[in-house]
Amino acid sequence: MSRLVVLSAGMRQPSSTRLLADRLAAATTAATGAELEVRTIELRELGHDIVNATVTGFAAPALQEVLDAVAAADGLVAVSPTMNGSYSGLFKSFFDVLGDDALVDVPVLIGATGGTARHSLVLEHALRPLFSYLRAVVVPTGVYAATQDWGAESGLAARIERAGRELAAQIAARPPRVVLDPLDEPTPFEQLLG
Amino acid sequence: MQFGIFTVGDVATDPATGRTPSEHERIKAMVAIARKTEEVGLDVFAMGEHHNPPFIPSSPTTILGYIAARTQTLLLSTATTLITTNDPVKIAEDYAVLQHLADGRVDLMMGRGNTGPVYPWFGKDIRDGIDLAVENYALLRRLWREDVVDWAGKHRTPLQSFTATPRPLDGIPPFVWHGSIRSPEIAEQAAYYGDGFFANNIFWPASHTARLIGLYRKRFEHYGHGSADQAIVGLGGQVYMRKNSQDAVREFRPYFARSPIYGGGPSLEETMRQTPLVVGSPQQVIDRTLQFREDFGDYQRQLINVDGMGIPLETALEQIEILGSEVVPVLRKEFAALRPAHVPEAPTHASLKAALQTSAATS
Repeated sequence: MSRLVVLSAGMRQPSSTRLLADRLAAATTAATGAELEVRTIELRELGHDIVNATVTGFAAPALQEVLDAVAAADGLVAVSPTMNGSYSGLFKSFFDVLGDDALVDVPVLIGATGGTARHSLVLEHALRPLFSYLRAVVVPTGVYAATQDWGAESGLAARIERAGRELAAQIAARPPRVVLDPLDEPTPFEQLLG
Repeated sequence: MQFGIFTVGDVATDPATGRTPSEHERIKAMVAIARKTEEVGLDVFAMGEHHNPPFIPSSPTTILGYIAARTQTLLLSTATTLITTNDPVKIAEDYAVLQHLADGRVDLMMGRGNTGPVYPWFGKDIRDGIDLAVENYALLRRLWREDVVDWAGKHRTPLQSFTATPRPLDGIPPFVWHGSIRSPEIAEQAAYYGDGFFANNIFWPASHTARLIGLYRKRFEHYGHGSADQAIVGLGGQVYMRKNSQDAVREFRPYFARSPIYGGGPSLEETMRQTPLVVGSPQQVIDRTLQFREDFGDYQRQLINVDGMGIPLETALEQIEILGSEVVPVLRKEFAALRPAHVPEAPTHASLKAALQTSAATS
């Protein structure tokens, strides 16, 4: 079974960021022929651990478990509220402690929420470059939801459905992820000696 | 089982008094700490190497040479020697001289160093860190083991017909530990050579350290140096003790809060749960150290940090007194009773010399 991890950096409860994340996860599941195991993570609950990991260099057990889950995911939905024209600091900090190899070749669906549609390019100017740096495979459709999208026929549902289809296709195109831990399989020393 | 003190050598302001020792005072304080370590019956003193303020030990063999002259039984070591940015030829020479002066009371712990600019200051590139550690150490081993070395590599000038002098005392190179916090490559290196592996578990959770040590043990066996539980493991620790644990916590909290390592991170209580830091009574230190054996298996060396972060010298010396009188005697007894007969002690010059003589007599 493929594993989908859904990250929401929403701050309030209920949160429109979480709402969008859930809709994107549902669309991905609906578009997936095979079974999909979905795990949803609220970064808010890990806020202190994320800051502590930034300061100390190691993650507390609860955060480490989530980092491991993300590093083993076959697909990722990542949704942030827009803050000062970018993703939230907590959202970025999570990926700073995740490490830069964890998402290589992993399909990612990006989403963002904001007060008005004027911020919608946050997806292209902030989120997409972050995941490009991490060498993730970001699906073409990112979904931005402004507050008024939740009460209008603005095509949000269609965008969500298209994005979910794209992510499901990318997950299906890859064999299930096998995570190699160098602590289990070290590079033999003769090889290190060159 | 060896017990000892290791020190970073930082010059820091004491948050309790606002006083900052001079570099001169700090250097002399490190000597006093080393002498106290021997006086109370501990085995090892190890010091860091740094090339930037606020740290003073840029020249470890100078300090260790002085300490060697002021001590009789203390084993002198490093924590760590920068195998990346030092010239391996100079390491071979410096530590061979120290080994002769100290009559063999010397071993070393190799490390890569975690201060980015030190690499360019010494003409190296931090991205080559692992590669430097591998190549430089391979050369260092040859310089200590072969009288005449022809060598060419990537990171230093080639050598033709080079002899590192003096030759190691009795033809026995100092025993080497490899220190690492997180690099599987370094555990692999230590295992390959059958050297010691020092997991600097200070600041890190036991679950991570256990995996790193597990890797070293497994590969030690793979490379034919003995069974996994015979691998030579060292661990770090940090303690602050008072008779009543509440007093220890109250006194240590300002140092913790102002520490460049701990400050601003998890609380003191959470840090104590997740890392080897023990702030409390001597019995708590005993319990925690015995737990290391449960977590990581029988091991050979326990180094403990008691100074730094502005802790005044008198307090550091008090801590060493408590270790020597109340903690280590109990631990020696407990560890000795628990240790299976086939698990070796850490090699020393004396034990390596005896082994050499035995093998010469039988061959």
